[in-house]
Amino acid sequence: MATGPELKIDIAEKRFPGAPDALFAGLRLDIAPSSVVALVGPSGIGKSTLLRMIAGIDTDFSGSVEIGGQAARAAPTPGFVFQDPRLLPWLTAIDNIRAADPDCTHEQAMEVLGRVGLAGAGALYPYQLSGGMQRRVALARALVVNARLLLLDEPFVSLDRTLVGEIHALFARLVAESRPTVVFVSHLTEDAAALADRAVLLGHRPACIVADMSLPIAGAERDQATLERYRAMLDGALESDGD
Amino acid sequence: MSLPLLLTIWQVLSMIIVNRLFPSPIMVAQVMWDAATEGRLLGDLGKTLWRAAMSFVIAMALGTAIGIAFGRVRWVDRLFSGWLLVGLNLPAIVIAIVLYIWLGLNELSLILAVILNKVPLVIATVREGVRSFSDDLDELGTVFRMSALRRLRLIFIPQLTPFVLAAARTGLSLIWKIVLVFEVLGSDGGIGYRISIMFQFFNISGILAYTTAFILVVLAFEYGIMRPLERRILRWRPVRN
Repeated sequence: MATGPELKIDIAEKRFPGAPDALFAGLRLDIAPSSVVALVGPSGIGKSTLLRMIAGIDTDFSGSVEIGGQAARAAPTPGFVFQDPRLLPWLTAIDNIRAADPDCTHEQAMEVLGRVGLAGAGALYPYQLSGGMQRRVALARALVVNARLLLLDEPFVSLDRTLVGEIHALFARLVAESRPTVVFVSHLTEDAAALADRAVLLGHRPACIVADMSLPIAGAERDQATLERYRAMLDGALESDGD
Repeated sequence: MSLPLLLTIWQVLSMIIVNRLFPSPIMVAQVMWDAATEGRLLGDLGKTLWRAAMSFVIAMALGTAIGIAFGRVRWVDRLFSGWLLVGLNLPAIVIAIVLYIWLGLNELSLILAVILNKVPLVIATVREGVRSFSDDLDELGTVFRMSALRRLRLIFIPQLTPFVLAAARTGLSLIWKIVLVFEVLGSDGGIGYRISIMFQFFNISGILAYTTAFILVVLAFEYGIMRPLERRILRWRPVRN
C-alpha cells in the first residue's frame, strides 16, 4: 500500500521582521510516513506558520524542512487547506477544485465535491455558497490533488457540528484508504481526539513542543468513550502547560 | 425610460419656445436622416469612430502595460509617479496644440494627442488594481505549485480585469469628448470638424443632428457591447440591487 512521505522539520530560527522574539528557535519534529499529526496549542503560538513552512509558502527562516527527502518547495504538491476557504471568487466551485491540479478532470472534481456533500453546488460561485460550504469546497480542493501529504489549517472551524461529524468520518475513511501523511492545525482538541494518531502540543515563546502524545487507536475505529478519553488527555496536557 | 422622457421634455419645450435656434427633436431627426442619406454624416461618423477606436485600443494596451509596471516595480513607480501626476493634470487642449505644432495638422497628431490624454488615466487605475492584488491568492498559487502561465490565467488576470474595465469605461467617456474637441481644433473631417463648420453658420439643427447621431453610437456601444461584456466577465460578483 502507498504511504505518505516522512517529514523532517528542523528549524534553527524563525523570526518575523521587526519582532523582538523568535517564533521558533531550535524546533525539531520528525513525522513518520502516513501518520496523522495534530498541531495543537494556543492561538498565536505559530501553528499556522509552521504549517506554511512545511508547505513551502514561508521560506524565510533558517533551518530545513524535508518532505520525503526533498526540500519543501521541491516536493510534490501537497493538499493544503487554508484557515480561510480562500477560493478564487471568479471560478465556480468545480473550477476552484480543478484550479489546484491542472490534470484534474471535470468528472474527478465532481466526484470529490460529492464526497464533501456538495454534489449539486458545482456551478455556483463562492459568493453563492455559505461559509461552511466554502470550507468544504476548500477541503475538496485539497483532496483532489491526490497528494501524499495533506496540510490542513483549522479545517473544521465554522462547520456546523453535525457536518463536522460527517467530515471527520470522511476524513478518517480517506486516511484509512489512501494512507497519506497528514498534519493539521487545530485549536479544538476534539478534532485531534477524533482524527490524529499523534498530537503535538506547542507552547511557550519561542515555541517548543510541550507534549507529544500518541493516540494509538485508528481514527475510524474510535468509539465515543475513546474520543472522550483522548480529548480529556489533550485538554489535561494543555491545561498543565498553561499553569 | 429615461431617454424617451428626455425626448418628450425636449419636444414639449420646443413647442413652447418657438425659435429657430431651438429645434424640436423631430426636426433634428429629419436633418439627421437627410445628412445620413444625402450628406456626409456617415463618412464623418466613421472617421471619428475610427480615431476613437484607434486611440482607445492603443491607449488601453499601453496604459495597462505601464500601469502593471507601476504597480509591480517599486522603482518605476518612484521614478515616474511625478510624470504620471503631470500627465493626469495636463490640460487636454495643450497636448493637442503642442502636437499639432510639432507634428503638423494630421491624423497622427490627433490620435497621438488622444492617446497621451488617456494613457495616464489608464495607468493610474491599473496601478491601483495591481497594488490591491491579494497576497493570499499568491500563496494559493505557491502552495498548489501553479506554473507562471496558470497563475497569470487563474489569479493575475481575473484580479486585474475589473480595473481594466473601469479604465476602459472612464477612458471611453473621455475619448468620446476629446476626439471631438481635437477635431474642432484641426482635422480634415469627422463629427467635431463638421460641427465647427456648422457653428460658423449658427446651424443649430445640424449641430444637434450630428451630436445626436454621435450619442446614438455611444449609447449603442454602451448597451450593446460594454454592459453585456461587463456582465459576462464580472458574473462572479454578487449582484447588488
